Amino acid sequence: MDATAVQAVFQDKIEQDLKIEPKDPMPDRYRAHLIRQISQHAHSEVIGMQPEGNWITRAPSLRAKQILLAKIQDEGGHGLYLYSTAETLGISREEMIEQLQTGKAKYSNIFNYPALTWADIGAIGWLVDGAAIVNQVALQRTSYGPYARAMFRICKEESFHQRQGYEIMANMMKGTTEQREMAQDAMNRWWWPALMMFGPHDKDSAHSGDAFKWRIKRKTNDELRQKFIDKTVQQAEVIGLTIPDPDLKWNETKQGYDHGEINWEEFKRVINGNGPCNKQRMEHHIRYHEEGAWVREAAAAYHEKFPTD
Amino acid sequence: MANDTQLALWEVFIQSKSGGHHVHAGSVHASDYKMALQNARDVYTRRNEGSSIWVAPSSCFSASGPEEAEMFFDPAEDKLYRHPTFYTMPEGAKQI
Repeated sequence: MDATAVQAVFQDKIEQDLKIEPKDPMPDRYRAHLIRQISQHAHSEVIGMQPEGNWITRAPSLRAKQILLAKIQDEGGHGLYLYSTAETLGISREEMIEQLQTGKAKYSNIFNYPALTWADIGAIGWLVDGAAIVNQVALQRTSYGPYARAMFRICKEESFHQRQGYEIMANMMKGTTEQREMAQDAMNRWWWPALMMFGPHDKDSAHSGDAFKWRIKRKTNDELRQKFIDKTVQQAEVIGLTIPDPDLKWNETKQGYDHGEINWEEFKRVINGNGPCNKQRMEHHIRYHEEGAWVREAAAAYHEKFPTD
Repeated sequence: MANDTQLALWEVFIQSKSGGHHVHAGSVHASDYKMALQNARDVYTRRNEGSSIWVAPSSCFSASGPEEAEMFFDPAEDKLYRHPTFYTMPEGAKQI
């Protein structure tokens, strides 16, 4: 099939709102776009384990520790679903890991911020996972079948992630003055980076055109960000937290909140490698990848010795 | 009858609607993957049950056994905190 025929068959399926499956004809640029997006989504899940992993040994109770372990285990699992999804498009796991470690592939900017206090674990679950869920619920309708199916599974599992974070924040807000201040401080530090997770404003978004044409994306960055803000403000109010945005105001006409200016200079600085933890995140990933090499070698050696096991 | 063969066994997975999961439907006998796909179509999708079929040699599958099931799945049993209903939400909080 030549490129024009591929394009025609593909576009027809897209128009009919049918899912594209791995063996279906698809334009090279659609494949490349998906590989970039899905692998970066996978990397985000895996790198996202680090800021939370930092608190496993310091969780304030056995209950909190078990929950945190379960959540981090889920993130690792979600990374695996997504790597497998990307592999259906013809890229290998080895290539993806190499792209991550050489900086060719990025991961969500949010994980370049540190988790400084226990309240940060609350803020990450409530705000960061909350924002990710808004994004991932929209992706359940994405045009690539394996990606859409992975999103269903992930969203179902993540439903506890946001609630455990919100529960931490709610409990801290019922605590001592210091605990309430700690919760507000975490809110102040995570709110804006969480809003940045949805990416640049629609008018400045580089990859959006094709993504919409191919129905990889169904809702714009600004629409998703709005959805997140509108549901989160009420949740903050209920437990007595203040949104750190003096310009936040209910807009009766659009039935949603207007928000203040997002600091895109900071976004660019962090995404280009100069955030508080970029270096640490990558060093950690490379170190454990290399230190784990003997496990992979041992498994391969065992298989060579007992090929039918 | 000495040379009789029923051919190799293949496992069949059917995707009923575009976008759905491929679900195990059963198995067929065939000499190669092409025959397996055609047999699977004839055996399992005579009433339009399918939009896509996967087949793979049964010999390629490993299955967990019932005798070890209890121990195998035990780690998931006592972890209620993996479910959203485990958490207490503040009175009045919406969409959480």
